[in-house]
Amino acid sequence: MSNGTSKKTDFSRRSALKGIAATTLAATALPRFVQAQSASPIKIGFQKHATGIGAAYGRWYDATTQAAVKRINDDGGINGRPVEIVIEDDGTDPKRGAEVLEKFANQHKVDVAFGTLFSHVVIGSAPRAGELKLPYFVVSEGHHVASGMLNRYTLQPGITDVKSQVQSMAPFVAANLGKKVTMIYPDFAFGHDHRDFFSKAIEAQGGQVVAQIAIPPSETSFTRYFPSIPRETDVVYHVMVGPAVLTFVKELGEFFGPSRPEIFGFIDSLEAVDITSPGLEFLEGTYFWEGMPRHAQAENSVFDTAYRAAVGVDERGASLSDSKDVSTYAHMFGCWETLNVIKAGMESADYKGPDDRAKLIEAVEAMSEMPHSMDHPQGPKLFNGKTHQVFGQQYISKVDGGTLKVEHTASIEDGMYEDEVDYTAQSF
Amino acid sequence: MLATLEGAVIASVLVLTAMGLSIVFGVMRVVNVAHGEFYMLGAVLAWYVSSVLGVNAVVGFVAALVLAPLLVGLIAAAADRLILKHLKYDPDRTIVATIGLLYIIQQTTLMTFGPDARPVAPPFNQRLALPWFEWGENGLEMFWPWGLSITSYKLFVIAAAAVVLLSLWVLITRTKLGLIMRATQQDSETALAFGIPVGRVYSVVFGLGAGLAALGAVLVVPIQQAHYLMGADPLLLSFIVVIIGGLGSLPGTVVAALLIGMSDGIISVFFSPTLAKIIATFLVAMVLVWRPQGLFGRAVT
Repeated sequence: MSNGTSKKTDFSRRSALKGIAATTLAATALPRFVQAQSASPIKIGFQKHATGIGAAYGRWYDATTQAAVKRINDDGGINGRPVEIVIEDDGTDPKRGAEVLEKFANQHKVDVAFGTLFSHVVIGSAPRAGELKLPYFVVSEGHHVASGMLNRYTLQPGITDVKSQVQSMAPFVAANLGKKVTMIYPDFAFGHDHRDFFSKAIEAQGGQVVAQIAIPPSETSFTRYFPSIPRETDVVYHVMVGPAVLTFVKELGEFFGPSRPEIFGFIDSLEAVDITSPGLEFLEGTYFWEGMPRHAQAENSVFDTAYRAAVGVDERGASLSDSKDVSTYAHMFGCWETLNVIKAGMESADYKGPDDRAKLIEAVEAMSEMPHSMDHPQGPKLFNGKTHQVFGQQYISKVDGGTLKVEHTASIEDGMYEDEVDYTAQSF
Repeated sequence: MLATLEGAVIASVLVLTAMGLSIVFGVMRVVNVAHGEFYMLGAVLAWYVSSVLGVNAVVGFVAALVLAPLLVGLIAAAADRLILKHLKYDPDRTIVATIGLLYIIQQTTLMTFGPDARPVAPPFNQRLALPWFEWGENGLEMFWPWGLSITSYKLFVIAAAAVVLLSLWVLITRTKLGLIMRATQQDSETALAFGIPVGRVYSVVFGLGAGLAALGAVLVVPIQQAHYLMGADPLLLSFIVVIIGGLGSLPGTVVAALLIGMSDGIISVFFSPTLAKIIATFLVAMVLVWRPQGLFGRAVT
C-alpha cells in the first residue's frame, strides 16, 4: 500500500473519455439493434414477493409463472416472439414495489409488469405504473382494482376479488353454519376488504358479525387475541396471511380444544401449509374457501390435471419433489391465467412494442367470456372491461379425513356486483 | 389467568434474551444491536438441528437445546475476536459494528435458510384447559374454553427459563468465572493488572450473552416458528427491559422483564397487543426522563 503510487500507468484522461464515450455509444446503440429484430423477446416484469411476509406466495407464483411461460414459448411465443420474465424482489413492501416498477420501466425496459399479490404492495405500486404508463397486471384478490381506487393501467384479469368471493360465500355460511359470526383478519387493505364486504354480505343474509378481530400481518403469536371472541359466536371466520399462519391455526385449535364453534376459513390461513401438520387435527369438519381446490377432486377436470403436471404439483397440491412443500394452490393459478390473458391481449392488439401499450389495454378491456380451458384451468371466467376485474367460480371445501373436499361451488353470478368505476372513460 | 400465563411465557423468554444483552453491556460496555439476530440464529439452528436429526421430536429438541446456543455462542465469540476486539470496544464504533453484524447475519440467513417460516415440533404438547365459571340464570355455569387454556409445553418454557436464570445466578455469584466476570465489570484495567485475561473474558461474555438469546429462541421456536426476520421484536423488547431495569443491572433486568412480559400478556388479552407495546414504550420514555439510570441502576458518578 505504501509504494502503490510508484507504479506508472498510461491511463490518460483523454483515453478514458474516449473509452467511456465508446461504451455509452455501444450501450445505447445495442438495444435499438436488438429491438429491430423480429424475434426479440417480449419482456414481462415479474414483481415477486421473494422476501418479506409474502415469501411463501412469491416462490409459488414464480414456479407457476415459469411453467406458464414455458407453455407459451413451446406454443410459439406471443406474435412469434419468445417471452422473457424479468424478476425483481419487492420484499412485500409497498415502497420497494413502486421502485421495482420504476426499474422495470427504465432499466429493464419491460413491455408490461405483472404478478403482485399483496394488496398493500399493489396499492403502493399502481400509481407509479400509471405515471410510467406501464400496463400492470396484478394477481392480488384485493377489491382496489374494481373499486376505482387505481388507474387505467392496472388490471386484474386472472383472479377474482375479495368482494366477489365473500359475497358468494355469505349465503352458504348463513344457511349452513350459523348467523353470529366473529371475524379474524389481517390488519391491512386485504383484511379490511374482508371485514367490510363480509359484514355487509352476511347482514344481507340475516346474519350478524358479533366481533371483528384485526391482527397485524407480521404477528407471530396469536393466543392473546382469542379471548376476545364472544361466547355467543356460532361461526369463527378466519383469514390470515404472513409467515406465521401455521402458528395461527395451531393456536386457534389449542384455544378451542374439543369445544369449538363452527369454523369457516379462507384457505389463505393455510396456504403453503400441510393440512395434516400436527396440531391441525381440529380442522376436521371445518370449511374453507378455496380459489382453486388444492386437493385433486374425484371428478377432476382434465385442465386441472394437466395444469398440476405443468407446474410440478401433485394431487395434494404439494411439490412433486417434496411432499412436505405445499403450494399456494388456491391463488397461484392467477399467474398462469393472467399470462394467458396478456398473450391473448397482445395477439389481438398486434402488439409490437411499448408504443402499443395503450392498444394492449384496450384489447384486454374488450375481453369478456373466458371459457374453462387450458388457458383458464381454474374454471370459466367473465371479465369486466370497465372495472378491469375478472369474475369466476368459488369453491367451499370441507376437511374430511385430512382432505379438502369441495362441498359447494358458487357460480360466477353469485359473485357479481354493480360496477363502481368505468376505467375505459379515463384517458391514457 | 390465561392472561397471566401468556404473560409469564413472554416474560420468561424475554428475561433470557434481555439478560444476555444486559450481561454484555454490564461487563463489556458494548451495546449489542445484533442481539436480536443471535436470537433468530438460535431459532434457525434449532430448526436445522432438529430436522437433521429428524425422526424423534424429543431427541431433536434436546439436541437443539444444547447445540444451538453453543453454536451461536461460538459464532458470537468469533465475532468478538474478529471485529469488536479490533475496535478496542469503543462504545460508538461497536454500535455501528454490531449494526453491520445484524445485517450480515440476517442476510446470510436469508440466503441460506430462505425467507420461509419453519416450525419445530415441540417435544410434548398436551392441551390443558379449565373452564370459566360464572353465575348465570341456572346457577354456576361453565364456559369452555374462555377460562384457561394452555399447553404443557408453555408451562415447560416458564420452568426452563427459571432454571436457566437460577444457574446463571449461581455462575455469576458462586464460581470463579463469575468472580472474574464481576472483576472485569468493576474495573477492567485493574483486573488486567491482576492477571485476568480480559480479552478472553470479553469473548466468553459476548458468547454467553448471545447464547442466552439463542436459548430463549430455542425455547420459543416450538410455539412460534423460525423466520429470518424474527429478531426485531425481541431486540426492541430487550432494550426496553434493559433500559427500564437499568443497563448492566441483572436484578433490574429480571424485574423489568417480568414487568414488561406480564403487562404485555395482560394488556394484550384484555385490551389490545398494540396498546401493550405503546405502554411499554411510554414506560421507557418515563424512566429515561425521571430515572435515567433505570429502576435498579446506579447513577453514573
